[in-house]
Amino acid sequence: MSKPKFAMYWAASCGGCEIAVLNIDEKVLDLDANFDVAFWPAAMDAKYKDVEAMADESILVTLFNGSIRTDENEHLARLLRKKSKILVAFGSCANEGCIPGLANLSPREQIFERVYDENAATPSTENPVGVRPQTVSQVPEGTLTLPPLQAVVRTLDQVVEVDYHVPGCPPESHQIAAILDVLIKVVKGEAELPPKGAVLGAGNSTVCDECARKRDVKVIDKLSRIQELPPLATDLCLLEQGLLCAGPATRSGCNSRCPNVGAPCIGCYGAAPGVLDQGARLMAAIASVVDEKEPDAIDRVLDGLPDPAGSFYRFSLAHSLLRANRDALAEQE
Amino acid sequence: MQRISIDPLTRLEGHGKIEIFLDEAGDVANAYLQVPELRGFERFCVGRPVEEMPTLTNRICGVCPEAHHMAAAKAADAVYGLIPPPAGRKLRELLYSAFFVADHTTHFFILGGPDFIMGPDTPVAERNILGVIRKVGLEIGGKVIQARKYGHTTVEIIGGRKVHPCTAVPGGMTKALSEAERREIEKMGRWAVEFGQFALQVFHDLVLGNKDYLDLILGDAYTHKTYYMGLVDAYNKVNFYDGRVRVVGPDGSHHCTYSPRDYTDWIAERVEPWSYLKFPYLKKVGWKGFVDGADSGVYMATPLSRLNVSEGMATPLAQAEYDKFVATLGKPAHSRLAIHWARLIELLYAAERWVELATDPDITSQDVRALPTQAPTEGVGIVEAPRGTLTHHYRTDERGLLTMVNLVVGTTNNNAAMGMSIKKAAQSFIRAGTVVTEGLLNRIEMAYRAYDPCLGCATHSLPGKIPLEISIRDAGGEVIEVVRG
Repeated sequence: MSKPKFAMYWAASCGGCEIAVLNIDEKVLDLDANFDVAFWPAAMDAKYKDVEAMADESILVTLFNGSIRTDENEHLARLLRKKSKILVAFGSCANEGCIPGLANLSPREQIFERVYDENAATPSTENPVGVRPQTVSQVPEGTLTLPPLQAVVRTLDQVVEVDYHVPGCPPESHQIAAILDVLIKVVKGEAELPPKGAVLGAGNSTVCDECARKRDVKVIDKLSRIQELPPLATDLCLLEQGLLCAGPATRSGCNSRCPNVGAPCIGCYGAAPGVLDQGARLMAAIASVVDEKEPDAIDRVLDGLPDPAGSFYRFSLAHSLLRANRDALAEQE
Repeated sequence: MQRISIDPLTRLEGHGKIEIFLDEAGDVANAYLQVPELRGFERFCVGRPVEEMPTLTNRICGVCPEAHHMAAAKAADAVYGLIPPPAGRKLRELLYSAFFVADHTTHFFILGGPDFIMGPDTPVAERNILGVIRKVGLEIGGKVIQARKYGHTTVEIIGGRKVHPCTAVPGGMTKALSEAERREIEKMGRWAVEFGQFALQVFHDLVLGNKDYLDLILGDAYTHKTYYMGLVDAYNKVNFYDGRVRVVGPDGSHHCTYSPRDYTDWIAERVEPWSYLKFPYLKKVGWKGFVDGADSGVYMATPLSRLNVSEGMATPLAQAEYDKFVATLGKPAHSRLAIHWARLIELLYAAERWVELATDPDITSQDVRALPTQAPTEGVGIVEAPRGTLTHHYRTDERGLLTMVNLVVGTTNNNAAMGMSIKKAAQSFIRAGTVVTEGLLNRIEMAYRAYDPCLGCATHSLPGKIPLEISIRDAGGEVIEVVRG
């Protein structure tokens, strides 16, 4: 009997998800033993054309990482949806836009201006005649094309139907290995698939719940930035020591990696279970521990929080209730 | 005009593209390397707190997040005029040295190396890490996995995570090293030094010992005489983490040595309508098009260029190998394939530096972070990414919120040079009437593979199969032949 087909694809992404999969080390051999790796540009050489030639739903499972930023990304999302029985949004970009989703705070035109136009642009750009990359351009030998950039960053489930979600930036390798074990059991008929729409490879509580740091006081009177704080206690809650930490609003599953080494949780595992909007939940969590009643005093606390959009929606903007700059969103739709 | 499209280059994230145009006679008229991708970090990081840049810019690249993490932390130090305490600075460099060992190992044994170890015309099925293992023994495969694992484990101990580390902040690090952790890191580093020597021995035995490969390295198809760039320490030795940027000309003469904050005096970036990626060049030489020579501002920033600009390596074993390298190839060395040898010399240096730092008396000090005493303004941070000089430049308001972000990324430096190398290899191997074979395409691929382009996060590739598809079109645009790897 032929092995079921496996695929992995990257859209607008950094490649960290692929590295996280490779970091399962010898488990990669289990993948190879139980699946026919039919399409994985990072690891092997099948082409788009090969995917197009496959029968619909002939790939058992596709791990899709990266967000949708160009027409090419969207095309591949639709193609792989059609060819796959199970489509998994893999990693933060595919699920919630991740850090590159912060690009949704500005219209696309401002990105082009900043990157390419000499006056508005970066100090090393020399572009006196205002050249911009074009989707179609003429060179002496012929025509060259580039895929158009879309108006906003979108998540996979804003473009196609998604069966499962694996959060994390990137997903932890031990979680990936566990998912693979379940998948192999399913293939062998020894286990059932989880219910459609499930979040896989993560916990069912918050990063705070798996963080070993002690929480004593339940209130804070000041938020500070790391460069304003002296050395921090290694065993006390970072939020209580005055550092904004996304732990209260973020799903568990990483073993609280960042707080373990003295860095606050930045929220990469996405919204905690039952939470619709990670940023709103974090705002509520912060508001509930600020021990001030007077507006002026509250303002002083918030002085330690100079970038609310970026701090609360660092990973989740593209999938939040806000989604994007209003003009950019209008242009996309 | 006929054209050959190479699209997608899977080792360029599926988003890289080469267009080769043939003239009426069927010779190569021109070639273009296009990067059809833009995420806009320079725009959306504006408004963010500067201390977040080490974690925000990690997400530029999941293969070399360590490079962005370090360049960002150094730029943020500079914004506040901060000098990290010795342990903070050394922990960063220790993490970075271990990362270099893992990254260079991946490239030589899994990506670029198989072309040499197996030979460029070896059947596709053999020209990969598995073929390498079959040829040189299973033991080597285990060592390669171990070298990557030890490198990533050291990154995780110091940086908190294997991918996207999180501990470098303005003024130093968030976490000190314990003695138990130090011992573990030292043990892994000592193993890495042996591995570095072993990797060079493999290179000597299988590549330099083979006259055909040596001829390929020294041959004209892969040679360009350009300027070279790299970071050097106070003694003009290669350094990955800190120092000044030195540039030499095609004849080895000194062009400039600049401090990070002066980079705009020396570097400018050009925009072409057919690629989202800009083309940096030497400002005082000027942009003269995609040509080499002393009159063209095109430069290269790779392991080879770092060896070309420096006066050697700061550790003894790597220095001994550097001497052999210069004796064989001269200085500066122009063959792009010599980048592979240079990379292994750097691997050995990184391993030796790993041990030096792991046994440094300062390394377990609890004093790992300095606090600012001045208002934030502007700063530039430069490190050497495995694939070239990486510059982060920030300006902030008085609260330390970013008002300007400029990033000149490792591989971007080589944007023009890579395109030229592809064109020259194509011109050398595709002539009127040539039958385009897979081995021939692979020789064109070797031209860009030597640069280890991180656009494509080259380290992702498990090897081997040529990731090219070339459509040969007649003058009317009709596909007359498709050659696939």
